[in-house]
Amino acid sequence: MMKLKGGYTEEMRKSIDNVNKTRSKRIGEVFDHMTMKERDDVLKNYHPDYKADGKRAIAYGENKSDIVPVEVADILESYPIFNPDDIDLSQIDYDVSILIIGGGGAGTSAAIWANYSGVPVDEILVSNKLRHGDANTVMAQGGIQIADRPEDSPLIHYLDAVGGGHFDNIPELAKALVNDAPDILRWHKDLGVMYDLDEDGNFMVLSGGGTSRSRMHSAKDYTGLEIFRVIRDEFRGLDIPSLEFTPAIELLTDETGRVAGAVLYHLETKQYFVVKAKTTIMSTGGFGRLHVSGFPTTNHYGATMDGVLMSYRAGAKLRNLESTQFHPTGAAYPEQIVGLLITEKVRGLGAQVLGNNGEQICYPLEPRDVEASAVIKCCTSTENFIETPTGMRGVWLDSPLIEEIRGKGTIVNNLSAMDRMFQRFGIDLTVDPILIYPSLHYQNGGVLHDELCHSSVSGLLIAGEVSGGVHGKNRLMGNSLLEINVFGRRAGIEAAKEIKNAKPGKLSLDHIKKSISVIDSLGLKKKRYGPMILPEYRSDIVRDRLVQLYESTD
Amino acid sequence: MSKTKTTLKKKKEEKTGMVKIYIMGQAYDVPETLTIMKAMEYAGYKFTRGSGCRAGFCGACSTVYRKEGDFRIYTALACQTIVEAGMVLTQLPFVPADKPEYDINSLTPSANTILRYFPEVARCLSCNACSKVCPQEIKVMDYVQYCLQGQISKAAEESFDCVSCGLCAIRCPAEIPQYHVAQLARRLHGKYLMKTPDYLDIRIKEIKEDKYKEGFKEMMALSKEKLEEKYKNRDRESN
Repeated sequence: MMKLKGGYTEEMRKSIDNVNKTRSKRIGEVFDHMTMKERDDVLKNYHPDYKADGKRAIAYGENKSDIVPVEVADILESYPIFNPDDIDLSQIDYDVSILIIGGGGAGTSAAIWANYSGVPVDEILVSNKLRHGDANTVMAQGGIQIADRPEDSPLIHYLDAVGGGHFDNIPELAKALVNDAPDILRWHKDLGVMYDLDEDGNFMVLSGGGTSRSRMHSAKDYTGLEIFRVIRDEFRGLDIPSLEFTPAIELLTDETGRVAGAVLYHLETKQYFVVKAKTTIMSTGGFGRLHVSGFPTTNHYGATMDGVLMSYRAGAKLRNLESTQFHPTGAAYPEQIVGLLITEKVRGLGAQVLGNNGEQICYPLEPRDVEASAVIKCCTSTENFIETPTGMRGVWLDSPLIEEIRGKGTIVNNLSAMDRMFQRFGIDLTVDPILIYPSLHYQNGGVLHDELCHSSVSGLLIAGEVSGGVHGKNRLMGNSLLEINVFGRRAGIEAAKEIKNAKPGKLSLDHIKKSISVIDSLGLKKKRYGPMILPEYRSDIVRDRLVQLYESTD
Repeated sequence: MSKTKTTLKKKKEEKTGMVKIYIMGQAYDVPETLTIMKAMEYAGYKFTRGSGCRAGFCGACSTVYRKEGDFRIYTALACQTIVEAGMVLTQLPFVPADKPEYDINSLTPSANTILRYFPEVARCLSCNACSKVCPQEIKVMDYVQYCLQGQISKAAEESFDCVSCGLCAIRCPAEIPQYHVAQLARRLHGKYLMKTPDYLDIRIKEIKEDKYKEGFKEMMALSKEKLEEKYKNRDRESN
């Protein structure tokens, strides 16, 4: 093993010396914001979204000819993972009013609000791919944007969100997002979420990338975990039925094409379940585990875009899947944590982004796509980067500066998750800077929906990261914890209304049979299958020797 | 334990930097730089249980292991721990601990509330086994004691970094589900003992009374160019 000092190699230590030397000079030094023109330039030249290679047109369906990452197109053009003729739809295992696919923040909120709106718990069913709450929600660290302070307003929040989204957000969705935010905070407080307060008893708030007000409300750097474990506790207190390790593998439709439930699959017993539902809410989360453009990801193990694919096969329109969010600060060192999230709150608290020479390379809180592009630029078109022993490039995030500005103890009190993660690998971020490089973070686009969460297919509501339109081409920090709560709540309330008049017809998988013949007609060179459910990380030594066994079950 | 190594045919350049570990008693050679979770995947395990966020937040991958020639049982999160030669690994798929149902709106933040739902808290032997196994290094026994003493806020703060992996409950001779107790303490603290600044409800009222309706109407009617102009010229509050 290589000899390390305080977690770093001798070579990296030389660069850290530069950082230490410039630190006192950099206190109070403000790097200029980029102009709109500079933003455009750095995005066009360095952001993976703007590169033609790695992208292609979708070959069929509602969004035929939309240009998306090849990893996304590959999934949309895959074959179903089962033969629709093998499923017996005459026997219904669960007959419910509301089926919720995906029990992260959006799905859990939807279930709770459906029940608050009068739907009895035994008419609701939540399907989870893994455990209830195995979702990106619990990994969100930095905060949730809420324009509640007198200095702020929903209008300013709106302007920040649509500017960050390159003015491609659906206005009604962005408006719903910011307008519901204070209500969500009130709900969380009533449930007992421990939001950080300052010494005056006001909410502790910080700026995030691209926000013009300090609007980021947090619970240390476990904000998503704290919000989620409280709403899950509420959910469990209400006793809402939920299946674990039982993801949906396809939607069901009726003779009119309306969504009428789903086929679920038990990952351990391998049996399927037919669920008939008056309304189905899709809240499956995002696609980080597709590793778009080969990037590592900050995302959960189950983030494989299943919901977008199932909705697309049922005929739903998609939006903004051309854009992918790369978080500017994924860990670049040590190797064991490459790609894991370093919360934006580190920069919110004052850490600067530095090159090998110990000088700032950009304003630390540009919108995420701009900031990520600036880091990629430094690492690919200059010599001012730091190289790790495994050849990965990165730039410094000067975490010790935080305590220079805000005093000793700030890091352990506000960034305890970050502190713990680096301590585990021998690095003390109160003493030494940490190395970062962009990491695949968020599915900006997804299934199109309106402000009441209706997709373009009747019977199918959408909430959370699986959706498209709220954030346009780029989501701002803190708007996703907000989104899952706002649209989860809206979906639950809307579903409770919708089921009063909904009468789904005979269950069918005709849309799947149709998908198969469409994919057949594309004449693709490589046959793929989806939904992916879980990514493949076994070594090729093992994968080369895998075999599918036949089984007699009668 | 099987002495026969499962054959993982390797390319030549991978021969250095490998360590021998045991998974469910079977020996494997894996790269020494991997975490326990990635080492098991390298060996061919595709996780269904025991893998979640893969970043130390969700508690899905709590694990116990032994080391060769060492009698101790170690605990860790598999995604946050590097493999070592001679580790004997297994997975902990599930912690069967009951969570009572309660309505947070009808409770008071007191020791009695905790004891009503978790009477076993009174059985705490102060053995500290829970604190010793916590992969988050939380002083679990301390917060259980705070609960008994009615110091709900201190219990909430001490337990805050809990990822609900359940290792504490597995080791507890008094059969206390500590992580569920902590959840109740935190909700009591968050709801009843932490303030809510007045400006939140003022803002909610403003929105209900449509104070921003005209502003939205105007902004949403702007052309993209005008909106961009407005965005560019917006004033920024310093952090």
